[in-house]
Amino acid sequence: MSDPLLKLSGLDAHYGDFQALFGLDMDIAAGEVIAIIGANGAGKTTLMRSISGLLRNEAAQVTFKGQAIGELRADQVAYAGIALVPEGRQLFPSLSVEENLRLGSTVGRPGPWSLDAVYDLFPILKERRSQASTSLSGGQQQMVAIGRALMSNPELILFDEISLGLAPVIIKSIYDALPSIISGGMTALIVEQDITKALAVSSRVYCLQEGRVSLTGRVEDITRDQITAAYFGVDA
Amino acid sequence: MIEWINAIVQGILLGGLYALFAAGLSLIFGVMRLVNIAHGDLIILAAYLGLSTTILLGVHPFVALLIVMPAMAGIGYILQRGLLNQTLGSDILPPLLVTFGLSVIVQNALLEGYTADPQKLNAGAVETASIAVGGLSLGVLPLLTFGIAIVVIAGLQWIFYSTALGCGFRAVSDNQDIAQLMGLNKAHIYGLAMALALAVTAIAGILLGVRTSFDPAIGGGRLIFGFEAVIIGGLGNIWGTLAGGVILGVAQTIGAKIDPGWQVLAGHIAFLVVLAVRPNGMFPRVEH
Repeated sequence: MSDPLLKLSGLDAHYGDFQALFGLDMDIAAGEVIAIIGANGAGKTTLMRSISGLLRNEAAQVTFKGQAIGELRADQVAYAGIALVPEGRQLFPSLSVEENLRLGSTVGRPGPWSLDAVYDLFPILKERRSQASTSLSGGQQQMVAIGRALMSNPELILFDEISLGLAPVIIKSIYDALPSIISGGMTALIVEQDITKALAVSSRVYCLQEGRVSLTGRVEDITRDQITAAYFGVDA
Repeated sequence: MIEWINAIVQGILLGGLYALFAAGLSLIFGVMRLVNIAHGDLIILAAYLGLSTTILLGVHPFVALLIVMPAMAGIGYILQRGLLNQTLGSDILPPLLVTFGLSVIVQNALLEGYTADPQKLNAGAVETASIAVGGLSLGVLPLLTFGIAIVVIAGLQWIFYSTALGCGFRAVSDNQDIAQLMGLNKAHIYGLAMALALAVTAIAGILLGVRTSFDPAIGGGRLIFGFEAVIIGGLGNIWGTLAGGVILGVAQTIGAKIDPGWQVLAGHIAFLVVLAVRPNGMFPRVEH
């Protein structure tokens, strides 16, 4: 593997006295799509918060394009080129759909994603552009959340539970859109409860269990039984 | 009858000044949920900065705004980044205590620097000029104050809802963490919000100083009027702040018409009545 785009070296994460991640190591190369799977409480969302800067770490524990970013604030991480699609969409209720999207371009990084490009990807959002973001359906809100992250033209995009709480038909349409999102050479980490969906679009997988990596490998090399064992921490 | 109409009209115009007291309070509460106990003293600080500017440079108080507004904005930004940001968190008590302490410090610094003697800004002929409208004599200064209040509030409304900065204010107010993910540094955004609030405070302070005499101790009273206007109008509603100021002003002038000693009391009673009948204010912000 060439120099990794994102490198985690012994990443620990704490909430007060509670330790949620224990010495995680990961190497993610540019252009890879990685599935992060694991049971509730395994540390997936904590991992997303650590990489995106919402949780601060020791500088050297997170390296992005060779730069130690573990100590940076979330806004500085955004400028570095990492965007997060947070769990539960988390749109700004006071802002319209278009204002939510425009806010994503605050960092002003150059790249293919613009308001028009997002509207091309999700045409329904163009129709709803002036509406309050909270008046949209869950699936449409997820489209705004994805579009908002894309507007920063990130090199690494983190998806935290993109299908959680959405209807199957909506999940399918979002996963149908994923390849065209990622095809621009973007690197993606996909946190997902729906293992089948996640593995279908990913090249490699990390399984977390109680804050540690319990399994990693190329998707085609890993068996269902191995995933089950790593997921639940028991032999299948 | 004409006397009562006159009282109401004077009260409406007075409401413009109260709206200016309230606008800065409302803005920083809206953006960062900070209740600034020192707000009244910062209004008085602005009046004194205006006094120094007019004396040192020999300029008209309204011209002094060109210096006092940026100065207050700068003080606001530094105050927010250097002190108040450290107090913000899930607990609302630290900012209350710190701004209370700040209030004491500002008052005593003004006492030390300017003494307790009442001062006044001299705006010349505009202070006593009036125009006759249908049997009423309307002071030019109150009319000007009310006009400025409308312009300031329309300007704040425009900044909040039509600019990228306002979008940032609303986003940070909605969800700090996610706003950070968008590349907004909340410490900077809060600094800008306080700068904007204190720039408005500068206008309020100068207009107060032209209208009436002031001394370092009167900040607390201005804070109360500002609070009452914000609460009457409805938290988070910028135009509601103007309505709140007007309701408070009219209550005061009608009170004073009944008995000169009732002016301030009538305002407080109007505030209590609104609080009892419409606890969220007359025009609360409608959540989406």
